[in-house]
Amino acid sequence: MSDDMTATMIRSNQRFALRGLVPWLVFAAVLLILPFIFTDGFSFTLMNAIGINIVFALSYNMLLGQGGMLSFGHAVFFGLGSYAAMHAMIAIDDASYAGEGFWAHVPVVAMPLIGMIGGGLVALVLGWPFCRRAGTAFAMITLGLGEMIAAAGQMFPSVFGGEAGIYGNRMVGPQWFGLELAQAADVYWFIAFWTFAGVLAMWAFTRTPLGRLSNAVRDNADRLQFIGYQPRNIRFLVFIASGSFGGLAGGMAAVNYEIITPESLGLIPSGLALLMAAVGGLGVFYGPIVGAVLVTLMNSLLSDYSDASILYVGLIFLSIVMFAPRGLGGGIEHVRTAYREGILARRLPGWIGGAAAVLLIALGLIIVIEMMFAGHGGGDTVNVFGIQFQAGGATGWLAGVVALVVGVLVMRATRKNREVNA
Amino acid sequence: MSALNIKGLKKQFGPAEVICGVDLVVEKNEVHAVIGPNGAGKSTFFNLLSGAFPPTSGEIQLYGERIDGLSPEKIQKRGLSRSFQVSNVFGNLSVFENLRCACFKQSRAGYVFWRSAARVREANRRAEEVLEMIGLQALRDVPAGSLPYASQRALEIGMTIACDAPVVLLDEPTAGMSNTETAQAIKLIRQVAEGRTLMIVEHDMGVVFELADRISVLVYGKIIATGKPEDIRNDPKVREAYLGEEAA
Repeated sequence: MSDDMTATMIRSNQRFALRGLVPWLVFAAVLLILPFIFTDGFSFTLMNAIGINIVFALSYNMLLGQGGMLSFGHAVFFGLGSYAAMHAMIAIDDASYAGEGFWAHVPVVAMPLIGMIGGGLVALVLGWPFCRRAGTAFAMITLGLGEMIAAAGQMFPSVFGGEAGIYGNRMVGPQWFGLELAQAADVYWFIAFWTFAGVLAMWAFTRTPLGRLSNAVRDNADRLQFIGYQPRNIRFLVFIASGSFGGLAGGMAAVNYEIITPESLGLIPSGLALLMAAVGGLGVFYGPIVGAVLVTLMNSLLSDYSDASILYVGLIFLSIVMFAPRGLGGGIEHVRTAYREGILARRLPGWIGGAAAVLLIALGLIIVIEMMFAGHGGGDTVNVFGIQFQAGGATGWLAGVVALVVGVLVMRATRKNREVNA
Repeated sequence: MSALNIKGLKKQFGPAEVICGVDLVVEKNEVHAVIGPNGAGKSTFFNLLSGAFPPTSGEIQLYGERIDGLSPEKIQKRGLSRSFQVSNVFGNLSVFENLRCACFKQSRAGYVFWRSAARVREANRRAEEVLEMIGLQALRDVPAGSLPYASQRALEIGMTIACDAPVVLLDEPTAGMSNTETAQAIKLIRQVAEGRTLMIVEHDMGVVFELADRISVLVYGKIIATGKPEDIRNDPKVREAYLGEEAA
């Protein structure tokens, strides 16, 4: 590595330290401004779901991205944390009705803490045997754990409420900060606070000795033994921390949805955590935040526009894993690094060419997929971004194929641009 | 008391006996080199001492206390630290972070998650000190995985000594280095050896004869000679078994 490149890296690092506060101020400002821009009920529902998923995805990345442990059962901690919070909420309801008892003095806004304790305890009890190895063994064990707990959820209806789940009421107990939690806006402030607190705490965790050692155990567990640490201990502690924050997200969900079913312990929400983290990028702290926002938006918005929405989510996941394994966050870091090193201008044409090609290919795919779905559905016309095509007509197929081919050609034509500057 | 006292050490892998009864005493603050032809069992010997795997039989005493059969992190805690022949660092962490991770345990901040790493002063101070010692200040924030080879070797040594263990094992610290790089490495190893007991496996005879107070020759799992460099050089058994081969 050349000397001046090194110098740039050091300089930029110092600058980063000085500007460490800026991202947090921006984050807080965004959380404060959003409810004044998007004021309808649907937006609040969506923003609340995003907040929960941000904490969920980040807590998952403590395991996978930071600690190198691929888990297929992270929803267990989210779900059990959520159940803990829900039972606490029911206890608050009962106690305030009776007007006495410990729970009568606990505010509902503190439920995420109950979820956090719940998730952490579950990880504490279950985790030790799992953490001996990372890699395939760990992945298989967590897969089994997830399915086992989800099945157990159906078996103990008094705790899990059977298939229908259990539900509670968030408008009980003492109110804090004047939050009645009746309106979606009230719930938004509750979610925003815990999202901010959760993200901040998880970021702080990465800066502690244990956080750093969790990166070390990911990179090279064997070596860690020879500098005096037991990799299993570190994995176990990270597992507990990750389970705790998963439970925190679960507690937020309990208050937000007022219902929790055994389904939320299973493989599908666990897969969602992996999806969000991988789309956003495992190697960058804020990656899973980006992933959570995008995936949540797509999951709830796309289904309004297309019957093929799940297919699109799958395609995006597939193409990111295949072509951009560092995720969206990795891409953002790429651009930032180029900017800091002053070579952004040199690299930009290639990247813009690539982006244009990706958009064209995506457009072509969308037209083709929509044409295919129209064949099975009943509609006469296919609407892609406002352009109408006759269902089953030649123009639609042709347009799709042309966009695809042009996209591939643009990709090939600009490839050199990207390689020369790489 | 001697730093290391090894008695009747044996290691079998299935039917193959790789270490067949090694007796060796390494004195405090000595630089002790282990040489031998390829496949003599040098790396296995180090792996036994550092706990990578347990010996089949025999005893290893570190300052009079038995360490054979203990896990690597326990042996490390008792004061024996080792480096690896193939660079073995935390590839995605910066050079400084690699060193600091090796220092947390010493500062009793190993599994700590309620304090910022930046505020574990002792670990930061020690990491800076080692960083300067191995001469990688300019590469402080570079990910260890993208370091040039020689720098990675230096970092490997840095991580080994960061915990300030009194007994250090270096496994081929100069393997694959150019002459200039080797000269620098020798300087570093000299510094490391100050106030420490050092065992070193090395192929480069120049390095061995320059650094070692005593040399043991390991051939087919047995030590055939131990002594001062000039004695080893003139030992007919050694010349036949090892140095002769190389000259031929």
